Amino acid sequence: MTDRSVYLDNAAVTRVDERVFEAMKPYFFDTYAVATSEFGYSQGIEAREALDDAREKLAAYLGAENEEFIFTSGSTESSNMAIKGVTLALGQKKGKHIIVSKIEDFPVLHSAQALEKQGFGVSYLDTDSDGLVDPDRLRDSITGETILVSIQHANQEIGTVQDIEGIGRVCRDKGVLFHTDATHTFTRVPLNVKKIPVDLITIAAHTIHGPRGIGGLYIRKGTRIAKWMDGGFQEFNLRAGLENIPGAVGFAKAVELVTTEETEMLQAMRDRLIDRILAEIPDTTLNGHRIMRLPQNANITFHFVEGESITLHLDMHGFAVNTGSACFSRSLEGSHVIFGIGGDHERAHGSIRFTFGRYNTMEEVDAVIQVLAQIVSELRAISPLGKDN
Amino acid sequence: MKFPYSETVLEHFRRPRNVGKIEDADGKAIEGSPACGDMVSVYINVEPETKKISDIKFESYGCASNIATGSIITELAKGKTLDEAKKITWKQASDALGGLPKIKAHCSVLAVEGLRSAIQNYEERHGLVKEQKKTTVDIVRRRLKKVMNPITGLDLVRTKMIKDIELKNGTVKVVVDLPPEHQFARSMKEEIIEKIEPLWDITEVSVEFTE
Repeated sequence: MTDRSVYLDNAAVTRVDERVFEAMKPYFFDTYAVATSEFGYSQGIEAREALDDAREKLAAYLGAENEEFIFTSGSTESSNMAIKGVTLALGQKKGKHIIVSKIEDFPVLHSAQALEKQGFGVSYLDTDSDGLVDPDRLRDSITGETILVSIQHANQEIGTVQDIEGIGRVCRDKGVLFHTDATHTFTRVPLNVKKIPVDLITIAAHTIHGPRGIGGLYIRKGTRIAKWMDGGFQEFNLRAGLENIPGAVGFAKAVELVTTEETEMLQAMRDRLIDRILAEIPDTTLNGHRIMRLPQNANITFHFVEGESITLHLDMHGFAVNTGSACFSRSLEGSHVIFGIGGDHERAHGSIRFTFGRYNTMEEVDAVIQVLAQIVSELRAISPLGKDN
Repeated sequence: MKFPYSETVLEHFRRPRNVGKIEDADGKAIEGSPACGDMVSVYINVEPETKKISDIKFESYGCASNIATGSIITELAKGKTLDEAKKITWKQASDALGGLPKIKAHCSVLAVEGLRSAIQNYEERHGLVKEQKKTTVDIVRRRLKKVMNPITGLDLVRTKMIKDIELKNGTVKVVVDLPPEHQFARSMKEEIIEKIEPLWDITEVSVEFTE
């Protein structure tokens, strides 16, 4: 046991950057009024301006207009709103079929399952063994009834980045709306709505050293979507509720702080970890695409051992990572992503996800590899699998 | 630091006792499989006259509670007679470990079963078992007592989750009182099949859920 504490679960949530926190502070203590209309009192007008300013920065980052971007409580809400809002608006008029991939994150997957219970048809698209959706296969799945396609920009577990442009073109050709969950790619992988035909985008601050509890949904102008939360007229009358102005300000600040150099550094850590583990620890398999991959994600299966045993040992050495093993999950089910790419229980059982962030260093990468090699060999020594006989 | 297990569990997890394989063991068993998750192998040597377990070893492909239970079970069983060792329960193992999380019951019960199966294996190989009995609803129910309900950490029978058992020409249908979309439905189904299928005269097992 050491007093080292190395956090390698940045896909779950990231540490908030002090500069983000500092930017938010005035909106808790000084300018804490609600955003009033332009005819309100001064503090409310200042709050309104801060909100508008944050919106403008975030919309601009996506290449969108201010009116096309609304704030939500996070990526779960954004994806729920995109899928349920569109189906509520178009389900009666246009058709009752949607398409998602099998490896979507739970907000999309479980929204689709909820719609299925209400009588919608849902196609769950297969991916290849790297987790890629084939745009041609998508084309074949679109019917006259299809109103929405929701395919993630990158996968939360195995990090595979989709051919979002190819998928978007198919949807545009077929006249079907396209939503993408960009929770894990936002600011790390380019996504500009002027270049890529996408109609709805889920993003969030918690993955980029911003605060939790704030996210956003891009909605292309003219997209039919039902009001999501009833109440007041906030967020262009699409999502009622007191605006989270400190959150919005923090979100915009978090985006401002991301640099290309930093993303390259994350990618260098990822590559070093993947290359060294695959070379130095026998019986390991990379999960997800080697090239079309999130810069901050590595996911590796250590065969013949179980993931929770690895994570617990790593934890005792001060490293926090995640696993797709059933034993680690609340539902006692192995990763649906590993199953979705054609992997079996055994592959999910020993899969470990490492996700990097601003506060990680190359020394930590080397340290975790060294500890891992030791842990995996000890666990293999007590495992009945993988021996010669 | 805050870990999800008791100190004793962590201690056994870090330094599991009696790990390994006994070559030409008097009795051995493998419980679970890589396909369904955790797996445990148990090996025993038995003193022929006293029927005491003289040596015991285990191997684990599993999570922390699986490893720790494997370890404690070898300590509890060593030196005991087969009849005594057979009676060791999951509860006793859990108590000896200072308590296991309820949700982990299913991974840890595997080690307890591994021990029982190794004993059974010994008895079968040494002509100590009576003739194979025809499977009855009662036998199925007894097996279902080994399937844990992760919601409570108690077995399915005790928590009244089994609504119906139908037995017909070697096929078994089990109806579980849980909605099919419940988070534990799938893992429960797999475990039920795993427990019932090995019965010698059963060819098919189906599991249904209630709405």
